[in-house]
Amino acid sequence: MSAVLTVQDIHTFIGQFHILEGVTVEVPDHSITALLGRNGAGKTTTLRSIMGLNPPARGQIQYRGQALNGRKPYDIAQLGLGYVPDYRAIFRQLTVEENLKIAERRPGDLDRKRQFIFEIFPDLEKLYQWPGGQLSGGQQQMLAIARALVPDNSLLLIDEPSEGLAPVIIEGMMAAIRRLTAQAAVLLVEQNFRVASQLADRYVIIEDGRSVHSGTMPDLLASPALIQKYLSAA
Amino acid sequence: MRPTLRVNVFRQSLIVSGLFVLGLLVVNLAVFKPSTVAVVMLSGLYQGMLFFLIAAGMSIVFGLLDVLNLAQGAFFMLGAYAGFAIYGALPAGTPIEARFLAALLGAAVTGGLAGALMEVGLLRPLYARPVYQIVMTLGLSTALNEMVRAIYGPAGLVPIEEPPALATTFTVLGGQFETYRVFIIVVGAALMLGISLLLQRTRLGIIIRAGVQDSEMVQALGINVRRIFTLVFALGTAVAALGGMTAAPFLGAYPGMGTDFLLVAIIVIVIGGMSSYEGTAVASLLVGLTRATAEQISLQYFNTPILASVSILLFMVAVLLVRPTGLFGRE
Ligand SMILES: Nc1ncnc2c1ncn2[C@@H]1O[C@H](COP(=O)(O)OP(=O)(O)O)[C@@H](O)[C@H]1O
Ligand SMILES: [Mg+2]
Repeated sequence: MSAVLTVQDIHTFIGQFHILEGVTVEVPDHSITALLGRNGAGKTTTLRSIMGLNPPARGQIQYRGQALNGRKPYDIAQLGLGYVPDYRAIFRQLTVEENLKIAERRPGDLDRKRQFIFEIFPDLEKLYQWPGGQLSGGQQQMLAIARALVPDNSLLLIDEPSEGLAPVIIEGMMAAIRRLTAQAAVLLVEQNFRVASQLADRYVIIEDGRSVHSGTMPDLLASPALIQKYLSAA
Repeated sequence: MRPTLRVNVFRQSLIVSGLFVLGLLVVNLAVFKPSTVAVVMLSGLYQGMLFFLIAAGMSIVFGLLDVLNLAQGAFFMLGAYAGFAIYGALPAGTPIEARFLAALLGAAVTGGLAGALMEVGLLRPLYARPVYQIVMTLGLSTALNEMVRAIYGPAGLVPIEEPPALATTFTVLGGQFETYRVFIIVVGAALMLGISLLLQRTRLGIIIRAGVQDSEMVQALGINVRRIFTLVFALGTAVAALGGMTAAPFLGAYPGMGTDFLLVAIIVIVIGGMSSYEGTAVASLLVGLTRATAEQISLQYFNTPILASVSILLFMVAVLLVRPTGLFGRE
């Protein structure tokens, strides 16, 4: 199984704050890798570093053999990366359709993907002409993920998709994310350990800006000590 | 299922604006004779369109880039001078219609290119530094004013000759009105509609409306936002320069000619709700009509046009007291 993305020992500063102090992540193709760790550990910053929104000062980021370092965010996205930020970033004044349309990288992208998107998120079909600002939290989350599906992305960075959603909505969201691996690899940040453990094939634990552990999800589930040490809300 | 909430707020603002125009009309009918009413209304519309041509770019740029371009009045002036330069540069036998059209297009192109240059060269280093932006855009405005003063002299240039077909007058309800001013109304209305279609119907429009809220996310979707910024800024200055050239047949061109218009444009944008395009479009006309009405009242009763400027300031204060975010502004 080849890696779509290799993040090698990156260091990222925000202002003068040294936020990431050595993060290494590998994302194999067509699988889900979970970034785990406590609040403030540096998970969001890792995703933003990959997208070039907080470019790392040191370390290497390789996507399908190409270095991402030094590239602008729009350039990185065009290589086939889709970003779903934790705040969802739905354009409130744009309709659902326009929110999807803006993600096209080639004319016709949305026409090609519309059926697939409606299949995964049936709600979006009846909301198609609604302004993004009037969707519920769960609907906005669906739209945010759907938007990343419009172009042919082969890596999706999804930040806290279950945050603030009702349990029944979370179930649907999980089913949807599982289906995405047919066409893309997923790097998932997820605070809800139950969700993360059911979805992900592999995990990377981040603690205080450093990646401290990684492996397969079954291995992690088999070591309560590890979970206790890094992931319990202590 | 159809969304309604936002649409209702928008419709409310439109209704309020419509009622305001109706009110102005009633005042007009009460105070003036019909021939004067017609002329005042047309005059309000044509002034409003000129305000719109300056304010449109300013408001869109403010929404997208958080920059209040105080040099926009200077681009208005630049358009007038560019028009003169093109008029003079064309060979002697060129028909006046061709000259005029070339001057209009040339002014827009000049304004657009100069705007692009300004965005890339001067503004880009100053994003996220609002105080510097104010100083820079004001400074550039002064520099452009001084530049045309140095090249063309302080006196300014006599008004450009308009095509004979537009140099006529006509009568409405017994009042005399210049055809050329109707031409300005038509040009303004066409641009108002054109920009609206651009914003609502095109990919660029979607990107602009999205960028107003979250340009970082737009960029993360694979769009080169910097290039969009330059393009939008240049479109805004192009429209202002076009405005300056359309005004040249009766204002002429002189250093500082954009300054008064700039101040009114700022008032228009505030009344409309800062970054709302629809607000700017509607407020331009309201301000134009208010100003024309107050000007006529002032002339008729006090023999001075002084109330014209005062009226729009009062209008702004009144709007802000009732709606602090402006007519179409969002909280
Ligand atoms: N813009 C910022 N300025 C300063 N510190 C920041 C900024 N963004 C994040 N941080 C800090 O960086 C650390 C990691 O943040 P983040 O990546 O959001 O963590 P996580 O997503 O794991 O909760 C936190 O301590 C946070 O306070
Ligand atoms: Mg986070």
